[in-house]
Amino acid sequence: MPTSPDSSQKIIDSPEFKKLVSKRWLVSLVLTITMLVVYIGFLLVVAFRRESLAAKISSNLTWAIPIGLGIILFAWILTGIYVFWANNHYDEAVQDLKNKVLNA
Amino acid sequence: MPHHTLLLQAATTPATSTLGTANPISILMFFLFVAVTMYITYWAAKKTKTGSEFYAAGRNISGFQNGLALAGDYMSAASFLGIAGMVATKGYDGLIYSIGFLVGWPLIMFLIAEPLRNLGKYTFADVVAYRLKQRPIRIVSSVGSLLTISFYLIAQMVGAGGLIQTLFGLPYEVAVVVVGCVMTAYVLFGGMLATTWVQIIKAVLLLSGATVLVILSLSKFGFNPLTLFSSVTEQYGDAMLAPGGFISNPWDALSLGLALMLGTAGLPHILMRFYTVPDAKAARKSVFVATGFIGYFYLLTFLIGFAAMALVGKPVIEGIDKGGNMAALLLAEQTGGTAFLGFIAAVAFATILAVVAGLTLSGASSISHDLYVHVIKKGVSDEKGEMKVAKRATLALGLLSILLGLVFKGQNVAFMVGLAFSIAASANFPALLMSIIWKRFTTRGAVWSILTGAILSLVLIVLSPTIWVDILHNEEAIFPLKNPALVSMTSAFLVGIVVSLLQPEPSAALKFESEKLRTYLGIGAE
Repeated sequence: MPTSPDSSQKIIDSPEFKKLVSKRWLVSLVLTITMLVVYIGFLLVVAFRRESLAAKISSNLTWAIPIGLGIILFAWILTGIYVFWANNHYDEAVQDLKNKVLNA
Repeated sequence: MPHHTLLLQAATTPATSTLGTANPISILMFFLFVAVTMYITYWAAKKTKTGSEFYAAGRNISGFQNGLALAGDYMSAASFLGIAGMVATKGYDGLIYSIGFLVGWPLIMFLIAEPLRNLGKYTFADVVAYRLKQRPIRIVSSVGSLLTISFYLIAQMVGAGGLIQTLFGLPYEVAVVVVGCVMTAYVLFGGMLATTWVQIIKAVLLLSGATVLVILSLSKFGFNPLTLFSSVTEQYGDAMLAPGGFISNPWDALSLGLALMLGTAGLPHILMRFYTVPDAKAARKSVFVATGFIGYFYLLTFLIGFAAMALVGKPVIEGIDKGGNMAALLLAEQTGGTAFLGFIAAVAFATILAVVAGLTLSGASSISHDLYVHVIKKGVSDEKGEMKVAKRATLALGLLSILLGLVFKGQNVAFMVGLAFSIAASANFPALLMSIIWKRFTTRGAVWSILTGAILSLVLIVLSPTIWVDILHNEEAIFPLKNPALVSMTSAFLVGIVVSLLQPEPSAALKFESEKLRTYLGIGAE
């Protein structure tokens, strides 16, 4: 491996790297909690407020259907948001730091 | 009113259904599938010499391809036929299951996929053991892996035998042996490369077959899903379009929901797929692609279920199989005739083959990579020896899956998928997550966490209504929840945290810092 222990340690201790790692987990955490809140919230509504999901939007459509399918779509959009963030912000910062390590 | 004619159609279905007789189209389709996949296996075998080729397809699968293959691994015949059947017989409740199965995928992306890809080599135990003591971690993680895989495999094999018997009129035993032999051939000769392409072909066939089925079905309703829903409510009442008896006890719902969601993030055959792509960026993309396809698939099964309920009719579906498993196939026959039924039946068969191949490969890698190399050989592996063990393990697992399929014939194994997810969520997921994010996680903490998760899952499910009442016919369950994940997973996290805090492991904490370059930048990743 072309990295020396010293330069590796320097990168690990650098504020840029620390910021990158904490930002990565902040984004992950926010998205994870969003997913958990939506999903567990849905389960709780199904358990305790079932009748509100049975309410009708039109004569042959209940709220349960768009909400259920909406959660599937929402989960996919969340993964899209993460990919968008990572491709546009994370990867660039990773590349910068990587160059620093490998050229050190 | 349209529903009189629909009921009439429904009433005439059993007489015209060719289910259970040898359908020339499906036999032709099935042989075509086996021929094509065997050719791929032959091609892959020439490219499968080294360990990284056998376990990880040389890490040359693209993010998009891996996304399709992940979807292929995850969309089992159980979810295709089972969820469509659940919607067809119980209505909206089937969708609640689908949602649970889907929402684990974003968590894989946010928490697991990239660090797993960067830190590991072939199995998820690579990541857990990265900065901890190899031997104890490898032993307990392979227990977690192999338990998950075995229960999942039994459910698939027994389901396969029954399904093929119903579909083709082939005896159960013959079906189990055929499935076991074909999938063993994929894995044994073609390794991960062949398994990946089998998954991709199967995913494309399944998604396109289900799409055509939905289009054919919706054409009977002027391509308007609302007309379909109104036909459902006219025949079976408004209750079908809203949550029903699925959740009688909110704790049950939460426990099952957690098992489905977090179990997905602990399935060894799914986690293993992230090593087939070149880097973390491709791993990320593959989750996005997989989530999209799986979500689309659940939308299709939802519509297929309702269309079957409206067009084929609940009584007919339940008359052939109480769980409604034949709903999608009956609908295929009704909307597209015998030829289309043959096509969908062959797709269902291909689906089973692909899923058991993925399971067997991940089981074999746990035996050869985790147990043989890191426990027996203490990490000093020569590639040839490891490959030999991997191939023997594949053969052994192939035989074992046939045997298990035969032994469990006619048994109620439906609970085993839930159990597999519970073990994955309780034994595999907590240790994997804590090893990635928590600096002070220790070897002891990991070992006790995995054992707690696995043992509690097993013991509690035996004491739960699922086995204690439904299978052992006792009056009342000792443990109240149908799926133990709520208790077993929480305990696994707690035990892992408490044991780690009680006895710190400074070397592991130190290594957590130095592994960061690899975790986050991918420097030194394999």
